[in-house]
Amino acid sequence: MDLDFSAAEEEFRRQARAWLAAHVPDRPLPSLETEEGFAAHRAWEGELAADRWSVVSWPEEYGGRAVGIVEWLLFEEEYYAAGAPGRVSQNGISLLAPTLFDHGTTEQRARVLPPMARGEVIWAQAWSEPESGSDLASLRSTARRVRGGWLLNGQKTWSSRAAFADRAFGLFRSDPEADRPHRGLTYLMFPLDAEGVTVRPIGRLDGKPAFAELFLDDVFVPDEDVIGEPGQGWRIAMSTTGDERGLTLRSPGRFLATADRLLRAWHAHGDPADTALRDRVADAVLGARAYQLFTWANASRFAAGEPVGAESSLNKVFWSEHDIAVHETALDLLGTEASDWTEGYVFALAGPIYAGTNEIQRDIIAERLLGLPKGRR
Amino acid sequence: MRFLLDDEQRAFARSLDGMLTAADTPAAARAWAAGEHAPGLAVWRRLGEAGVFTLAAPEEYEGVGPLPVETAVAFVEVGRHAVPGPAVETVATVALLSRLAELGVPEPAKRLLPALVGGGTSATLTLTDTGPHALDADTAGVLLAAGDGQVRLAPGHADIQASLDPARRLGRLLPDGEVLASGDAADAAARWALDWAALATAAQSLGVGYALLDRTVAYVKGRTQFGVPVGSFQAVKHRLADVLVRLEFARPLVFGAAVSLRGGDRSAAEVDLAAAKVTAGEAAHDAARAALQLHGALGYTAEYDLSLWLLKARELRGAWGGPGTWRGRVVRGAGSV
Repeated sequence: MDLDFSAAEEEFRRQARAWLAAHVPDRPLPSLETEEGFAAHRAWEGELAADRWSVVSWPEEYGGRAVGIVEWLLFEEEYYAAGAPGRVSQNGISLLAPTLFDHGTTEQRARVLPPMARGEVIWAQAWSEPESGSDLASLRSTARRVRGGWLLNGQKTWSSRAAFADRAFGLFRSDPEADRPHRGLTYLMFPLDAEGVTVRPIGRLDGKPAFAELFLDDVFVPDEDVIGEPGQGWRIAMSTTGDERGLTLRSPGRFLATADRLLRAWHAHGDPADTALRDRVADAVLGARAYQLFTWANASRFAAGEPVGAESSLNKVFWSEHDIAVHETALDLLGTEASDWTEGYVFALAGPIYAGTNEIQRDIIAERLLGLPKGRR
Repeated sequence: MRFLLDDEQRAFARSLDGMLTAADTPAAARAWAAGEHAPGLAVWRRLGEAGVFTLAAPEEYEGVGPLPVETAVAFVEVGRHAVPGPAVETVATVALLSRLAELGVPEPAKRLLPALVGGGTSATLTLTDTGPHALDADTAGVLLAAGDGQVRLAPGHADIQASLDPARRLGRLLPDGEVLASGDAADAAARWALDWAALATAAQSLGVGYALLDRTVAYVKGRTQFGVPVGSFQAVKHRLADVLVRLEFARPLVFGAAVSLRGGDRSAAEVDLAAAKVTAGEAAHDAARAALQLHGALGYTAEYDLSLWLLKARELRGAWGGPGTWRGRVVRGAGSV
């Protein structure tokens, strides 16, 4: 058992640090949930990609460096420690790309991944519907077979980044006669500017259009944009959400950097006699360290060929609640001087809700990890 | 980077788990609480045979250490089985004497280590910062008091007093006695002892927490109300899911602290040990609160074995300094890096 990195890993870390030191903008970009900020973040993705830093773990042919999970985690630590911008391509990179690697065709990978890596095509997700949230398998938007492809109809909602994104991916009911709700679903990709698509941005808590409703009216999708076999969408999507909750959506690097920021704020502004607040600062620091070490343990398990499955639900509950607690602590510490933390706070508040609510995650933990009996929810 | 126990370390855990299961440790803990030490001392000898007390001592003194990772592995099992006796204190004392020898004061190690390392006797220990009461001062063969530039053998102890955990009996060490070391070496050895006590207590807490969780999961699967197992109710499931989250995120801190302690970077180890101590202690305490609630009135009885772990979780949270003390170290240490 050790936490020592190889010379090659340390060299990779050093290169990442040097590149970031030379390229990270001096001033933060405008919020990526605004039109101006979205464009600035898209341009930043292009700058990352030009030197092969946007998707380091992907194969070289798609714009990556073909490094393993350890290097990816080291890159993430360096990235957030350097104060680099949020990743506007996150949904595509951490949700769609793993699905294409596992279930896509060579043609799809060659067509979709390089523009994703360069930030030329930004992806939004289209899972939830007005009547289908945690019970996603009840979804009602349809994909109807037509010559050469499919016609999409229905409504999707809470589609993150869709206000400004280029394309979306999600699940549609292709076989209404299937015997169970999670059968007969198909995984499709479609352009957000296609004929028949209406995007209605939704203001999140602070009013910024961080997500959108999508109205689909006879939207044609060619066969080449179906991922995997028609009717197999549920199984394919579940492998994606496993990745999302697991290692790829929220790496420890961002929480280490945030805890470090809070610690600096405490040393600069904190009242040493306020031990209640000091204890919460300590929790921010040790929580980030716990998440980092938990992730190194999981990365080691991946490397040893052990599967990581329902454990990703532990992960999601932990980081989402940790993130809110850290931001609450910063707001309490800084009071009226906390403007640098408010956007992060609003973002953190969504954590326990998206990517599978924490209630669903706790059901998964109880049933799959503790072996408790299924019951009515 | 391979932050996983290796096959040998896992086998060590399994063999301790098997040995302690066969030793009927709950009965030994109850006897210990009643002042009857023979069954507990039999368990102690088995721990000694398994090599648990060799882990903090160097080969020179018949040890195999220092092996903090293996120590954490062992103390998770000590906690899981509610083993009575001053196991943490003995390991911390072994660490202290070994460190003194390394710093040029070998006499106490030569004299005291062989019996401790072999499991022939136990030790208890107080440090100035963590209070004058020593665990099991009436059974320990070596009574050590360290701090304020001194390490001394206490000449005895005052009356034994109960703690919340009846198997943890505390005695105040008497002043005076033979001074074994003084000055910087004594202070450095005392700090090293506190590191090992924190690590072993954190690991023990983790084991206590897992025992409480496992017993409660088994109970709510079997207990039926309204015609179904109570473990099928979401309120019950979510409470236990939260306990697992707490324990599973405490575990890497405990083993991370062990790796840091082995690495020798003192400032990094200090923060990691503090993080482990506070997190494991609180995770076990959360597990205890959930276990009591979900067992209902049955859990509130002394007769039911759950009580052995419930009360120990509470005591371990405060042993060797409470959560506030250790959180203060996290903030101070992390700030100075």
